Amino acid sequence: MKQLADAPIPTLPINARISRWFGRNLIRIYAVFGFTYLFIPVLYTFIFSFNDGGKSNLVWKGFTTANWQNPCGAPEVCTALGNSIKIGLLATTFSTILGTGIAFAIGRYNFKGRSSTNLLIFLPMATPEIVLGASLLSLFLVFQINPGFWPTVIAHVMFCISFVVVTVKARIASLDPRLEQAAMDLYANEFETFRRVTLPLVAPGIAGAALLAFSLSFDDFIITNFNSGTLSTFPKFVYVSATRGIPPQANVIGSSMFFLALIIVVVGQFVGNKRKPH
Amino acid sequence: MADASTSAKGDLRLTRITKSFGDFTAVDDLSLVIPEGSFFALLGPSGCGKTTTLRIIAGLEEPTVGSIHIGAVDITTKKSYQRPINTVFQNYALFPHLTIYENVAFGLRRRGIKDVKEAVDKVLNLVELPHLAQRKPTQLSGGQQQRIALARAIVNRPALLLLDEPLGALDLKLRRQMQIELKWIQTEVGLTFVHVTHDQEEAMTMADTIAVMNEGKIEQMGSPADLYDNPETAFVANFLGQSNLIKGTVEGTDGDSLVVNVFSQRIKIAKSRSHAKDNSVLAGIRPEKIRIHPEGTPATGNVLTGGVIADVSYIGVSTQYQVEMPWKQELMVFEQNDDGVPPLNKGDAVVLSWESIFTFALAGDEDASAGSEVMPEDLDE
Amino acid sequence: MALIHAARSRVSAFSGGKASMPYVLLAPGLIFLFTFFILPIANLAQTSTQTPIAGGDTGEYEQTFHFANYVNAFLDNKEQFGRSFLYATLATVLALAIAYPLAYAIALKSGKFKNFLLVLVVAPFFTSFLLRTIAWKQILGEGGFVVPTLRGLHIIGEQTSLTASAVAVVAGMTYNFLPFMTLPLYASLERIDPRTLEASGDLYANGITTFRKVTLPLSMPGVVAGTLLTFIPAAGDYVNAAILGNPNTKMIGNVIDSSFFKIVDYPTAAALSFTLMIAILILVTIYIRKSGTDELV
Repeated sequence: MKQLADAPIPTLPINARISRWFGRNLIRIYAVFGFTYLFIPVLYTFIFSFNDGGKSNLVWKGFTTANWQNPCGAPEVCTALGNSIKIGLLATTFSTILGTGIAFAIGRYNFKGRSSTNLLIFLPMATPEIVLGASLLSLFLVFQINPGFWPTVIAHVMFCISFVVVTVKARIASLDPRLEQAAMDLYANEFETFRRVTLPLVAPGIAGAALLAFSLSFDDFIITNFNSGTLSTFPKFVYVSATRGIPPQANVIGSSMFFLALIIVVVGQFVGNKRKPH
Repeated sequence: MADASTSAKGDLRLTRITKSFGDFTAVDDLSLVIPEGSFFALLGPSGCGKTTTLRIIAGLEEPTVGSIHIGAVDITTKKSYQRPINTVFQNYALFPHLTIYENVAFGLRRRGIKDVKEAVDKVLNLVELPHLAQRKPTQLSGGQQQRIALARAIVNRPALLLLDEPLGALDLKLRRQMQIELKWIQTEVGLTFVHVTHDQEEAMTMADTIAVMNEGKIEQMGSPADLYDNPETAFVANFLGQSNLIKGTVEGTDGDSLVVNVFSQRIKIAKSRSHAKDNSVLAGIRPEKIRIHPEGTPATGNVLTGGVIADVSYIGVSTQYQVEMPWKQELMVFEQNDDGVPPLNKGDAVVLSWESIFTFALAGDEDASAGSEVMPEDLDE
Repeated sequence: MALIHAARSRVSAFSGGKASMPYVLLAPGLIFLFTFFILPIANLAQTSTQTPIAGGDTGEYEQTFHFANYVNAFLDNKEQFGRSFLYATLATVLALAIAYPLAYAIALKSGKFKNFLLVLVVAPFFTSFLLRTIAWKQILGEGGFVVPTLRGLHIIGEQTSLTASAVAVVAGMTYNFLPFMTLPLYASLERIDPRTLEASGDLYANGITTFRKVTLPLSMPGVVAGTLLTFIPAAGDYVNAAILGNPNTKMIGNVIDSSFFKIVDYPTAAALSFTLMIAILILVTIYIRKSGTDELV
């Protein structure tokens, strides 16, 4: 022991240390490249929101903040945005309510027809959007309902429900049922248990599902294109104007949505962390 | 302890290992030899660096500086899969997607051994669970998983078996039973076991040699009896069992003993058990070594008078007293209930005595409470 | 741990409650899905065997159970079908190759940045996917800086273009569905106890063997979910082909789209949609069976 403790301190040669560092951090270096790839078009969109390019935003013509000061400057863009937001909020509300109900039924009860319900939830996710859009449009045509605002909302609710069910169900499955048993043991009846224990614990899942539903609805193009008729939405506006050049105001809106979503998620995390008792 | 030049073939040798995580030094210039075939325990509180040391030996963590040898072979730069070392992980880390049989066969197959059946069956018999071979880990109880984790490691006949808090997740009764079985298996297979634990009882039951670790360093190393009877630091005295530590001053010698003045009473301490650096000492005595008498009873050996019983707890096998001494320190006394005398009462004036050979002495500048307020390790960390 | 899991049964605290409760919760959602998902699909099946009314206007069809519509629709668009499944497969494989290490890094190597990085994976979603696809078109197009740079370095020839090609379409789809691939992979990798990976190394498995024998099998549910979430929308996609492709990269989605809106040939569009859906369902079923992860459904 004594001899060991007095021995010179063994150290590794520097090149061994460097190669070890790379070995350990290779996957992190890879992740940096991965994120760069994900964010290049986002960054491009953001940079070109400052382009003094007029109607067509193809080449860099100079820096301006005018697009940000007047995001509705391009014709139609804000009407389209307004429609997208309205449709998104309505679709989110309905799909979250309907989907949460199904999620609780599947996640909390054993009932006849449970596996066929699971299949019915899975099928819309396994059906390509174009089939969903086309089939719904055929139905509206049969009943002579004109495509437009409400058909679009219905279409969005339809494809968002499954995603809400899956998200909320996962949260319910991760709950410890003993918490509910404890609540009942402490004199809470079924309703109070649900309101005071189950719902607060599932709430983050429901919030996440709602955020997901809104982003799916807001960003949807294919199904919307089938069912919205002449109604303009933001993705439709972008698609249609792509051929003759997208006005930089669209980049302003796209970038704003990005930052808004980041803020919502970060604030949500912060509030969630603060609520956790430490 | 053996040193580098006299190391036997399979001894594990750590030379001046330091491991830092940023500003935090988990292991601080640690040197250690673990002889081949021994059952060695690294004992210490949470965060003392014992698990980091184990992970460095296993190759799961790289030391910042220092080297590791098995016999004459330097394994410092070897990856964990290149070392002849296997680990029984805390919470076992069984592969959830493989059967028990495939879990146990995993290491053999990786080493290119074609016919694994005989070895796997043999080790499953050793841990007495051959009937569970085709189950998945989640279908097993905690005690069964623990044995499979052990079987999965020892089937490889490693030069060294590492056990990371292997019994921590088991209940007390099962833990006792497994302690005995582990010790038996170690004797049976004759491997070197290195066992990390925060549970002093577990370490003392199983290990031949215990190293007590604190703040990245080894405080003391020795046999369980050595550590218990002759602790060198206040940390060891308090972490292994309980100790009464009383301030005193060395006044002179009497043959092989030191004469120590404790608050104007004189006691003797064997020189071989003194770890004091100067005249200032902490005199130490284990609570169960002290005898308690009503005031006025003649007593032999080391005697302290003037105590008053502050608290009595009757716990069946023994009675525990808190005795307040004239210098306002409370001493603990554990008295076996084997003499038919009814326990003394709170408020009684008493005399304390013990055989002077049981006394040990620590350096007087030590913190008398070191190691006594350490919380048991949080096993889920 | 095992004991805790065993205690977590599916049986709920409410299981003693009213038996009608689950149906009350289910009814609104299921009625909605039946009306606006099942019914339209049935209607689509019906439309797919109709033929034009003799002497009728464009877009007027009658039910004649003309199953030859399927044969004609398929034979006329074999190429597009083949292309859709080829491109979707390529995009899925590429996305898996890119997303797996990314998800692995986030799940097992990111420490306290885990949640932040997870947000970053989802974040590009919120910039409209069309804007991002068009951004790629412009970055890789003749006006962007990439093509002139590569030409200057003689990595690509003067005639070679990065856009309006099959490569661009597959790359666009790979990019678009990357988050759909990453998230389920992350979810299943995150559930792996890192100690099982250490145990594998401890038991003489090197990095590659550990990946093959432990990491990959344990992350299979994520691989299956991620590939499905990428393959299905990719097979039906036509936006990437429309923006990043050329007339020779048309996929089945483009054909369905133009059958509906340009030619107003509803039966053909319906027959194509139905064929696509059935083909995907068959592939998905085989795939799930083969990969042994039935619990997904």
